[in-house]
Amino acid sequence: MKPQYVLPFERPIVELEEQLSKLESQPGPTPTTLESIRNMRVEIAKLKRDVFENLNPWETVQVARHQDRPQARDYIELICDEFIELHGDRAFGDDRAINAGFAKIDDCKVLFIGQHKGRNLKERNECLYGCAHPEGYRKALLKMQLAAKFNLPIVCLIDTPGAYPGIGAEERGQAYAIAVNLREMSQLPVPIVCIVIGEGGSGGALGLGIGDYVGILQFAYYSVISPEGCAGIMWKSVEFASKAAHALKFTGPDLLKFGVVDEVIPEPLGAAHRDHRAMASTLKATIVRNLRSLETLSAESLLERRYQKFRRIGEFEETLVSGAS
Amino acid sequence: MEASRMTSDPPPQQRGFDNGETPRKKRGVPEGLWIQCESCKSTVYRKQVEQNLYLCPDCSHHFIVPGRVRIQQLLDEDSFEEWFDNLTSKDPLGFVDSKPYKDRLVAEQKKTGLKDACIAGRGYMRGRPLVFALTDSSFIMGSMGSVVGEMLTRSVEEATRLKLPLVIVSGSGGGARMHEGILSLMQMGKVSAALGRYQSAGGLFISVLTNPTMGGVAASFASLGDITLAEPKALVGFAGPRVVRATCKIALPAGFQTSEFLLEHGFVDRIVPRPELRTEISRLIDYCGV
Repeated sequence: MKPQYVLPFERPIVELEEQLSKLESQPGPTPTTLESIRNMRVEIAKLKRDVFENLNPWETVQVARHQDRPQARDYIELICDEFIELHGDRAFGDDRAINAGFAKIDDCKVLFIGQHKGRNLKERNECLYGCAHPEGYRKALLKMQLAAKFNLPIVCLIDTPGAYPGIGAEERGQAYAIAVNLREMSQLPVPIVCIVIGEGGSGGALGLGIGDYVGILQFAYYSVISPEGCAGIMWKSVEFASKAAHALKFTGPDLLKFGVVDEVIPEPLGAAHRDHRAMASTLKATIVRNLRSLETLSAESLLERRYQKFRRIGEFEETLVSGAS
Repeated sequence: MEASRMTSDPPPQQRGFDNGETPRKKRGVPEGLWIQCESCKSTVYRKQVEQNLYLCPDCSHHFIVPGRVRIQQLLDEDSFEEWFDNLTSKDPLGFVDSKPYKDRLVAEQKKTGLKDACIAGRGYMRGRPLVFALTDSSFIMGSMGSVVGEMLTRSVEEATRLKLPLVIVSGSGGGARMHEGILSLMQMGKVSAALGRYQSAGGLFISVLTNPTMGGVAASFASLGDITLAEPKALVGFAGPRVVRATCKIALPAGFQTSEFLLEHGFVDRIVPRPELRTEISRLIDYCGV
């Protein structure tokens, strides 16, 4: 797939790819051209590996936000054999930033929930760049409760810069809606698979993130605050976003170390936006593998396991003397 | 319209936001014999404010109460048994902003006499036994990192085990503590899950919102009360007012994100002035018969 939007550190790759396609389009290639085509392919693969193996956290954020990066709706199309969308929160409206519906993945019937940022201007205006309002979180919970009632497992794809910070969102209880989701998701007696596919923006991401398995794509991030927000508060200017991105330790390997995610899911060479199909197929395999292993657990042990999974997270020192009972 | 844009914000360096160096006039009663009330602007004798439950004697403005004083105000004399005061924060990220987080913790501990932003334990309120916890906004804006999350979770679990009512008074302008990154975010899930178990087991959780309760604290335990009370005119919300103004690019409505705003929109059961808090909570506990 030819990228439409090129990040600065991708430019050398794109330039080589352009040269390659020029060579390839020449009619009647001579053995020397064929030879240089082969060499160039090797070179491109090597360059991609070099660039993407060494992304710093700020570059990772840019890949996570890449305009061509596959989004929830793309994955629904590529992964699900069927998707029956279910709308509305029965209280205020239908938040387009969160999509929910029954879906079939292989022979698994699931409730599929995805935060969607929008792939074009029209979608982005509807989805507000993936920033959900309280009605979005309420919709998600309502459908999850439906799934639990009929014993369907739940898949949540997380991709949001954060919950929407607006007047209406506050009036309709953004904090309350997220809090309720945290509490209720921890008690739903069906398997929940959560995967951060792009941006895991703070409470807005966590509001769909209490699961039995939490995975993250290789070039996604999951953070308590956006790097820009952190930079604004800590260093008084968004210009320090890159510094904040380093300080917050929010990419896959650190999250794995902190026990926040169970797995960092590898992306295709050159990141997900270069090969939607390959990414979707890895994602599908990950989802199916986890659903299969989680469905063997009883509801009771599922809930206990989920509780302990979050219960363990946190780092502190504990001295022996305590007033604790 | 122009005036309501971001330009109405003072430049960042003048905001007096938390960088650990600027004096924090907004929080608590400032040092000095006389202080100015933030609300009615009258100059009042500090001792008089302190003796008056940290209320302005002229306009009843609710100043921020230090955690230890809050316990004296709410619980029966000498009935509080403090728990988990052996937990201290680590620096899992190696976080450095204007100073290293490690140094900041030491400085905050010195300044406040607290180990972290949470005090928890059990006590009695007008003779009723309960588990009581609070977040103290004088310690890194009352923000929740691993220690606060762990202390609250353990308190909820103890309340579940002991079958006692639970009261948490939140004062957390900082929400989830940035200095501990993703671990702070996860504390929201951890405490909320514990509350889920407690409430399913029949526990009564009374959440008391005080000025300020924002971000990740508002979006977790503070919003999950079986009954939610708020002190008058407290700032309570998800996104900070500055962020909301920057997003919406219009002037915020009067009283936006105050206790009264929350009451109007249905997210608070009652607004309770500080002098009545103890009586009200006791009465509510009696109604629930726990």
